[in-house]
Amino acid sequence: MKRNGAEIIVEILERQGVRTVAGIPGGANLPLYDALRDSSIHHVLARHEQGGAFMAQGIARVTRRAGVCLGTSGPGATNLLTAIADAKLDSIPLVIITGQVPLAMIGTDAFQEVDTYGLTLPITKHNFLARRPDELLHILPEAFRLAESGRPGPVVVDVPKDVQTGECEFDAWPEPWSNSAPAPCNPSEIDALACMIHDAKRPVLYIGGGILAAGCEAELAQLARRNSIPVICTLMGLGVFPADDPLYLGLLGMHGSRATNLALEEADLLIALGVRFDDRATGKVAAFCPQAKVAHIDIDASEIGKIRPADLSIMGDVGQALRQLLPLMDAPPRDTWRSRIAQIQIDFPPAQPDSDHPLHPIRLLREAARLLPHDTIITTDVGQHQMWTAQIYPFRHPRTWLTSGGLGTMGFGFPAAIGAALARPDRTVLCVTGDGSFLMNNQELATLAELGLNVKILLMNNGHLGLVRQQQELFYGERYHATRFEARTDYAALARCFGVKGVTLDPLEDPAEALARIFAQPGPCLIEAPIPENANVYPMVPPGAANRDTIGGTVHA
Amino acid sequence: MPDPVIDLLVQNHAGVMSHVTGLFSRRAFNLEGILCGPVEDGAQSRMFLLVNEDRRLPQLLNELAKLYDVIHVELRHDIPRQAFDPMQVVREEV
Repeated sequence: MKRNGAEIIVEILERQGVRTVAGIPGGANLPLYDALRDSSIHHVLARHEQGGAFMAQGIARVTRRAGVCLGTSGPGATNLLTAIADAKLDSIPLVIITGQVPLAMIGTDAFQEVDTYGLTLPITKHNFLARRPDELLHILPEAFRLAESGRPGPVVVDVPKDVQTGECEFDAWPEPWSNSAPAPCNPSEIDALACMIHDAKRPVLYIGGGILAAGCEAELAQLARRNSIPVICTLMGLGVFPADDPLYLGLLGMHGSRATNLALEEADLLIALGVRFDDRATGKVAAFCPQAKVAHIDIDASEIGKIRPADLSIMGDVGQALRQLLPLMDAPPRDTWRSRIAQIQIDFPPAQPDSDHPLHPIRLLREAARLLPHDTIITTDVGQHQMWTAQIYPFRHPRTWLTSGGLGTMGFGFPAAIGAALARPDRTVLCVTGDGSFLMNNQELATLAELGLNVKILLMNNGHLGLVRQQQELFYGERYHATRFEARTDYAALARCFGVKGVTLDPLEDPAEALARIFAQPGPCLIEAPIPENANVYPMVPPGAANRDTIGGTVHA
Repeated sequence: MPDPVIDLLVQNHAGVMSHVTGLFSRRAFNLEGILCGPVEDGAQSRMFLLVNEDRRLPQLLNELAKLYDVIHVELRHDIPRQAFDPMQVVREEV
């Protein structure tokens, strides 16, 4: 058969089962858009390429399948970079297809030419520059395989315009990529891990995004409950283990609870599953879990021993490791450790509002959690609102918490919420955001207005870059600079300008009734909550300090 | 013992060198010398990277092994530093 490059791309996307792509057309990817016009694939027209790529991330984070986004050459490609880097740091599968100037013009500083291959090299799992239409038959299935297999990540395919229009003859379509069963782990290493857990008096499970990537939440819960091991989550790992379980200790690290950081301090075995010992999680590494042996399971060999040497390491799929481990485990009651954990949780309860303000973020989040269905998907931007949500919101299901963990990208939450709603139209999606973050991708209100998805935006407006202001207060002697927004923006009116419903909560009233009314109506709505300007996120470990050196967390309890 | 040399077998196409050297430059890890040439009828390349002893070397070897176009990675200590001296080629020409 005979097809041009653009037709090959579209047909392979269809065969791969891709139903939705997000992007923006331009000169260098017009042939691709021309082919897409005749396809069953739903194209979502973003208003900024970064928005499109975060929509693809939203799809990927709730489905565990590669999200796909499209952009043109030059500024289209550069606008995508932040979202690609974000996917790399959080190990999110993405396939990004960019248009490029024709082959003969590459290197001539042609209009809208930029070295997409060079720019994306350090922020992708891998990248390709297609040189012939027939290469796409190999490159595209490879891009999906690379994005979704092993440790997932973003893959860029840069396609010059003449490779999109050029035709080629071929006999058969390549097989779509599908994930096969993970390779078995070394049985003697699994035996050793079983012994280590059996011998431990005070073990903790330190779990992260790797559990979500492996889809082994059930196996993890079985290990924790049968062996009475408390569960501590990284920012990426929230939702993996239900927050209402007595063994759940929640978030560790910079804004983790004192209970969590104290349990780690006392632990004699750290079972690290799909985590990378990030500096925001460990604090000062030398003082992290000083008494504990470390057993580290990860699919990426380069993570093992990178930050903290492991006493036992297993390189492999964490779900596979747990399935091999579970039959070998006995079920010690660990009464002493369990009662110690219970005591720590009583001594250091979760964060409380530090004022009576009716719209204190902690109150707002508790109210939202009470009103919304358990399977609501929560996305956040980056800042104080993100940390409050991570601390307070009782996540009960995996993949209901989407946040930019590694890169910490302000502007992530809103387009990611649109992506999540596209992938799961049956669910409610709540984007918790701040006034600083929201403005970084607010143009997607136009996209949301078109789609009419059930996305609610809870915008906590404190008129500041709050988490930066908090650092100036605590670590720069209250020398505030460039963290206060002088202009007062009416965010509810902004939403209405785009055709999205917008309301502002009354700062003097209990928000319960208003929130209940808004959440009961399907469809998009922006809820602006004027929160106290100077509320801080506590507890907090100063950057570079040990996790035991916490500021706050008891004084406000 | 001679300085460490990373011995790499890679797919030979444009971009491989960037992928390999990028891992070093973004860690501010200097490459003291690079020797590279085609093997297997030009389908693959062999690269020798002269580096200094560094505690980050094992991590870098792991990262190199993850690269899509890297077929084999090995650390060796049997290649003399003079092999990387560009002047020896120039002297022979003269």
